[in-house]
Amino acid sequence: MSARATLATTRRVLTQLRRDHRTLALLLLVPVLLLTLLRYVYADRPVVFDQVGGPLLALFPFITMFLVTSVAMLRERTSGTLERLLSMPLGKGDLLLGYALAFGGVAVVQSVLASAVALGFLGMDLAASPALVVLLAVLDALLGMALGLFLSAFARNEFQAVQFLPAFVLPQLLLCGLFAARATMAAPLRWLSAAFPLTYAVDGMQQLAGSGSFTGDLGRDLAVVAGASVLALTLGAATLRRQTS
Amino acid sequence: MRGLVVERGGRQVLRGVDFSLTPNLITGLLGPSGCGKTTLMRALVGVQSGVTGEVTVLGQRAGTRGLRRRVGYVTQAPAVYSDLSVTENLRYFAAVAGAPQHRVGEVLGEVALERHAGQLVQQLSGGEQARVSLATALLTVPELLVLDEPTVGLDPVLRRDLWALFRRLADAGTTVLVSSHVMDEAVRCDRLLLLRDGRLVADEAPSHLLRRTGASDIEHAFLAIAESRA
Repeated sequence: MSARATLATTRRVLTQLRRDHRTLALLLLVPVLLLTLLRYVYADRPVVFDQVGGPLLALFPFITMFLVTSVAMLRERTSGTLERLLSMPLGKGDLLLGYALAFGGVAVVQSVLASAVALGFLGMDLAASPALVVLLAVLDALLGMALGLFLSAFARNEFQAVQFLPAFVLPQLLLCGLFAARATMAAPLRWLSAAFPLTYAVDGMQQLAGSGSFTGDLGRDLAVVAGASVLALTLGAATLRRQTS
Repeated sequence: MRGLVVERGGRQVLRGVDFSLTPNLITGLLGPSGCGKTTLMRALVGVQSGVTGEVTVLGQRAGTRGLRRRVGYVTQAPAVYSDLSVTENLRYFAAVAGAPQHRVGEVLGEVALERHAGQLVQQLSGGEQARVSLATALLTVPELLVLDEPTVGLDPVLRRDLWALFRRLADAGTTVLVSSHVMDEAVRCDRLLLLRDGRLVADEAPSHLLRRTGASDIEHAFLAIAESRA
């Protein structure tokens, strides 16, 4: 591992993102606009806005980082830059950590902005401190990034990479407890739900909405989200092959 | 390189290739498109899977960790970030390769791109992009430089300048392997490897090849060899 290569990768990824004004604007403004929209959908039911809007603060960073990372890695593969990097004295860990720092940084900005608008202007009422909300959102972003990185290895082109979102993220979304309480699901669905990392991301945000203190359940949620990210990153590292056909 | 066989998708792309490269010389790898030139170069750099046989580079097995600084590889399509400027690309790859930052300015001069240093790569012409990719490979001052069709689509002046650069690098002790499907570039090489259908059909100096086949140019020499074997 080399700190110079890792930080250079972070700087390079952020420079590329900074050049792409439209993507940057979409990353930062879409969560805010969607939350505002939701606020007016539930104009006369602020409690429902809290219940649904809270988990959305966890979902936005997850979904956007999943998409951005899978396309970014696919580009690295198709442009030949990944092959060049892997033929250089670059550790795979440097590349992954460099990406994680860059997208983690973007996730901090994204979730601070979304939380600030939701809690400050839209009247969302979460029991927990905003700092915990941002922490969980950033962990969710890293989970999305790690999954996107891993799955991008199985996409041959952008069409496939983008289709991985409905294929791998929507089932997790349907079973995460946002649409139906997990306790009311049939047993096999509950098991499946327990195996999906997004379930813990959303549950964590629900914990934050309901209680101001750091509960054991919240600790478990944070640990599962972080553990799943590490697992996905490890699997992702295994897909970075120095030798290809 | 001894007994190199490479299988891709159940087909033998290279079918037993033997040769060794000499420092201070420019070796040209020539052959029609699809004959296995790129696969051979990838095996030499150590990024090709499905390789059997013995590929030794600078005393180590190809692709070994210690070789990654000492071998420069320039792919046919420029492998650089098109949304970064020339300097940003070079600075990044220098950090990754562990090359000192002053090399960035030096390689810019070597490939004559100082004027375009601040421009985004996507705004450059194809030939300029190819030179950015080449500059990247020069950052670490590699001992073996493997170039896959580096002069495709360049104007004659630039082509001459690039060959002069290859010559300077070789004179400074670099082993240079250049592939091309344009036979008229062969005369600029010290030694030629002719590859056809995954086998080497010639390995000698251009003048020797011409004398042996009695041909007037390399194109005809290649034809003479191909027909005598058919």
